[in-house]
Amino acid sequence: MSDNEVAMPEEAVDTAAVAALVAPVPETIGGAELVQLLTPEGERVDHPEYSAYIADLTDEDLRGFYRDQVMIRRVDSEATALQRQGELGIWASLLGQEAAQVGSGRALRPQDYAFPTYREHGVAWCRGVDPLNLLGLFRGVNHGGWDPNEKNFHLYTIVIGAQTLHATGYAMGIQHDHAVGTGDPDRDAAVIAYFGDGATAQGDVNESFVYAAAMNAPVVFFCQNNQWAISEPVERQTRIPLYQRARGFGFPGVRVDGNDVLAVYAVTKAALNAARSGQGPMLIEAYTYRMGAHTTSDDPTKYRVSAEVEVWKLRDPIARLKAYLTSSGKADQGFFEAVEGEAEELAVTVREGCLSMPDPEPLSMFDHVYVEEHPLVEVERAGFAAYTASFEGDH
Amino acid sequence: MAKIGIGKAINAGLRRAMERDAKVVIMGEDIGKLGGVFRVTENLQKDFGEERVIDTPLAESGIVGTAIGMALRGYRPIVEIQFDGFVYPAFSQIVCQVAKMRARSLGKIKLPIVIRIPVGGGIGAVEHHSESNEAYFAHTAGLRVVACSNPEDAYWMIQQAVECDDPIIYYEPKRRYHEKGEADLTAAAAPRPLFEATIARAGEHVTLATYGPMVKVCLDAATVAAEEGKSIEVIDLRSLSPLDLDAVATSVEKTGRLVVAHEASTFLGMGSEIAASVSEKCFYHLESPVIRVGGYNLPYPPSRLEEEFLPDLDRVLDGVDRALAY
Repeated sequence: MSDNEVAMPEEAVDTAAVAALVAPVPETIGGAELVQLLTPEGERVDHPEYSAYIADLTDEDLRGFYRDQVMIRRVDSEATALQRQGELGIWASLLGQEAAQVGSGRALRPQDYAFPTYREHGVAWCRGVDPLNLLGLFRGVNHGGWDPNEKNFHLYTIVIGAQTLHATGYAMGIQHDHAVGTGDPDRDAAVIAYFGDGATAQGDVNESFVYAAAMNAPVVFFCQNNQWAISEPVERQTRIPLYQRARGFGFPGVRVDGNDVLAVYAVTKAALNAARSGQGPMLIEAYTYRMGAHTTSDDPTKYRVSAEVEVWKLRDPIARLKAYLTSSGKADQGFFEAVEGEAEELAVTVREGCLSMPDPEPLSMFDHVYVEEHPLVEVERAGFAAYTASFEGDH
Repeated sequence: MAKIGIGKAINAGLRRAMERDAKVVIMGEDIGKLGGVFRVTENLQKDFGEERVIDTPLAESGIVGTAIGMALRGYRPIVEIQFDGFVYPAFSQIVCQVAKMRARSLGKIKLPIVIRIPVGGGIGAVEHHSESNEAYFAHTAGLRVVACSNPEDAYWMIQQAVECDDPIIYYEPKRRYHEKGEADLTAAAAPRPLFEATIARAGEHVTLATYGPMVKVCLDAATVAAEEGKSIEVIDLRSLSPLDLDAVATSVEKTGRLVVAHEASTFLGMGSEIAASVSEKCFYHLESPVIRVGGYNLPYPPSRLEEEFLPDLDRVLDGVDRALAY
């Protein structure tokens, strides 16, 4: 709020509030409600409610957050390059959203469960999913390939918003297992559902809010508002700030600076704690920006101006943390160089792994359609095998 | 043997399934205190509690979507869709998520979900309460689709469906819910495998393949035809995916003629698939083209016209006569 607005007479306040409702993009990026613990310049600031949630973070933890972000950004840039070279069919870049994903991913406990969209490479990294699994999906080798129950990280979901209902149902299962509100930190569990600003228009997302509220399910709705749903700006999806939607469903919503890994960690940790203790759902709007294209098939120059991107470059999540780690003496140049070196090694591993990834055996597409035998699948499998075999010797 | 209606038989089967496995939960609209609009879940919430018989908010995509989450957590949800025409809001969750999860996880995930749908017309209802949408789901790889036609099958098939590790669409012939029939519900009765067809009435001249609410119509038609010296073999398909084509082919090899009857529109319906498959399998045994008898290819009409729309005994016999005319 500007000084001018503060000085307004009282009867004009309502008008200002209405104006704020219909013009959701405030002059200050993210608005006055934005929870922030690190300024874009890397200055540590306090928040009356959320500072407490990072009090126990060690310097090593903070360096870990930095390393996580650098590593996954490097995977992301390598994947983009591999797509350009024809090795991946498509790639959905997370560039700019590293802090939102690492901050929230690191707030999870092992027993918590995450339901991603198709862009949560940073969360996948935090859950221990091999980046090559992610590339395999976009290469067309499989639909993911990791064991969701081993990582407590569900498969990527392509249909926008569908996973929020799965997350809510999983959270209902946690309630049925009496694994919420017991006070046992190793037993109580919560679910985090990732989705974007575009998904908030989907029926499934709204239904998941209704279900989670009615059931008081231990689920944290984590919306990365990266401002763009392919070519549509967030104003096409909503008339009020997204975090305020939660109120209408009967649970709290909070907007956090999505490029501030400390604030994201703090807010997510608070929400997960509340969910695990039986206080029900919460909506987090991580206010961030999609620095790259929607996917490698997209051309953002057709719908947004580069000046907007330039503004957000100044809010880069990794540069911000680096500035803080440097100024506070929590990391030195040797550390940053070591991380860079490690990231380059990872890029080489990812590239080599991608190039040497075998195509699946053709017959394998008949596997796993059903748990129990299905005659039609078996007939077609045998038919395809015989058809393929009929070409053997033809050269 | 007990005298029982299909609705009560399913209720008893659900009860058995819930007693047998604590992971079985039921989810749907109005299924708790009310016992469902058809009372199929009557008293189950009273006896098993609100945690296991869950009245959901009124949103079908939400019912199926959250059932997926429950299944991922290790539960075996039975979902009630209140009426056939209300399944469409959940269509994406069923077709994109439920059906594909096993394959896309390379076999690491199973979703043992049963989606119960009261199906078909004949109850004088308003729009969207009389649909036959089985072909959509039978067309979808990853789903299994079954349709019970009598109380004994209804009782056993629901239990078998719950025990199956694959997702199953379980169709219930809503206009037959209250028609009573003899049923052996004792543990000694060995139920037929869930995905096998059965010969509901043996015959010689024509095979009449059907399922769900049309089985009774076809059996009645066979009785009438017998008086005219026409011997019809009625096959109750019971399962639409997988489809027990061997049972149909075996019968057709004997009779040489096939009529397929269902309430759903004939165009791209189950009858079309059966006709194509049987003509491939039994080409040299067929004495006539395969005849389809079904609903017309129209939006389901206002209920005052449903007697004309739905295939009845005469329409089935007309189909039989057309097959015998060759």
